[in-house]
Amino acid sequence: MNPADIQKIAHLARLHISEEVADETAKRITDVLKLVDQLQEADTSDIAPMAHPLDAVQRLRPDRVTEADVREAFLRIAPQAEDGLYLVPKVID
Amino acid sequence: MHKSSIAELSRQLHSKALSSRELTEHYLARIEKLDAQLNSFITVTAEIALAQADEADQRLAAGDAPALCGIPIAHKDIFCTDGVLTTCGSKMLGNFVPPYNAAVVDNFRAAGAVMLGKTNMDEFAMGSSNETSFFGKVANPWDLNCVPGGSSGGSAAAVAARIAPAATATDTGGSIRQPAALCGITGLKPSYGRVSRWGMIAFASSLDQGGILAQSAEDTALMLNTMASFDTRDSTCIDHPIPDYCADLNNSLEGLSLGVPREYFGEGLHPGTEAAVRDAIKVLEAQGAKIKEVSLPHSALAVPAYYVIAPAECSANLSRFDGVRYGYRCENPSNLEDLYKRSRAEGFGEEVKRRILVGTYALSAGYYDAYYRKAQQVRRLIKQDFDEAFKEVDAIVGPTAPSPAFQFGAKGKDPVAMYLEDIYTIATNLAGLPGMSLPCGLVDNKPVGLQLIGPYFDEARLLNIAHRFQRETDFHTLAPQAFN
Repeated sequence: MNPADIQKIAHLARLHISEEVADETAKRITDVLKLVDQLQEADTSDIAPMAHPLDAVQRLRPDRVTEADVREAFLRIAPQAEDGLYLVPKVID
Repeated sequence: MHKSSIAELSRQLHSKALSSRELTEHYLARIEKLDAQLNSFITVTAEIALAQADEADQRLAAGDAPALCGIPIAHKDIFCTDGVLTTCGSKMLGNFVPPYNAAVVDNFRAAGAVMLGKTNMDEFAMGSSNETSFFGKVANPWDLNCVPGGSSGGSAAAVAARIAPAATATDTGGSIRQPAALCGITGLKPSYGRVSRWGMIAFASSLDQGGILAQSAEDTALMLNTMASFDTRDSTCIDHPIPDYCADLNNSLEGLSLGVPREYFGEGLHPGTEAAVRDAIKVLEAQGAKIKEVSLPHSALAVPAYYVIAPAECSANLSRFDGVRYGYRCENPSNLEDLYKRSRAEGFGEEVKRRILVGTYALSAGYYDAYYRKAQQVRRLIKQDFDEAFKEVDAIVGPTAPSPAFQFGAKGKDPVAMYLEDIYTIATNLAGLPGMSLPCGLVDNKPVGLQLIGPYFDEARLLNIAHRFQRETDFHTLAPQAFN
């Protein structure tokens, strides 16, 4: 990976990476990708991907309200909140 | 008191030979006196502990109290504790006070256990040495210049130093078993789905599992009885009967077959570790177990597969840390994008950011098939290796970690060198199987761990094998001189 690739990925991940750090990061991530490239040696034709050891599927439940209203408790720990809303810098001009 | 097992302490509490208050005060005093050398606790909850101890003493007086009533334990700082700081070892959650308890915390509360505090860990559970915590590194009580292992380094160091009788922990690639090995204590990662992940801060959702660090297999069984539960709030929890994990501890090992994977005894295994592990296998053989060599042919692909899957899942799980609803927010954000990017850049440490980037890349358009999907396919091959092996043997036995505890900074700047610490433990997480580590020797006065891996939901058998081993040996009773 080169620093430009890192900046693209960093944008997707909404992570700010300075130019100095991008160089070092590119080297370290290239090391990790070299490790990961060993996977290409494996013959996986006809092998279904495995997401869960028992191939379990998502449990469903009836569409009924069961949760209590804990909005107060959640807003209390927010960096900035007012009138039941989380506050962030203006998005729309 | 701190040399006693939980089983013994429980007997004394129930017979009123000891009160929970005395016991709790004893441990709080030890933490105050000794933890400065270890840094194993991020938060000590002394007032809460004493209040819980008094409640426990009332329950014990009334009679019919559960086995763990009045027993002090520590929780890894990855489990949400209502009203008590929960940092996950990160600046991102340095001010996070959860408004609810994790299921695991509630389970122990209901059983009357007493919470001593929250233990230190690698940031967001990513690490094998507890060197990445925002709250400083943790020292190994056996050698204060060495790492305790990670990510559950704080829990392991606390139990090894006997400043907590047992602790909860989590294991995604080896984070319970490897610290157990490096600190000379017993650790269990249950089968995936055995323990509820509700309130357990997520790193890699298909790999994470809550488990135990304790002084013995018997104590671990007592802890698992309380920790395991079916919880509908965790959609990955499996509704499988929960046995009494203490019931089969003393079963004979006669006729049991144990597999020794040839791939776990190759290059990279420290000779002292190998010798201790092979001696331990002989102890099991002397008790009637049949030892057989097995092969797990795709073993070499476990670390590469994990370093696609875990970062990919972590990049998704850590996207919730955006500076908006809780946790760290940067100062003077100029717009929403700046809020996200700088809160995350400033809140997360280097290893966490690295894994988020690797994971984002692996999931990005054009790379998903080559990386993530490929890793999922290799994951099935790894699981199939275990399925085949378990047709021939009842459990697998081998080393937990490639060498005893290493010095701080020894793995240098190359992340891959650190990743190889988990070379024997990672496959177990990929396959979702239960795994244990128990102490089986000392090399240069540093502990060595024996790993056990079992078929799905076979924790009782692993605990049985470990307990029988511990009846014949005394490695699990050893604690470092300085903390005796």
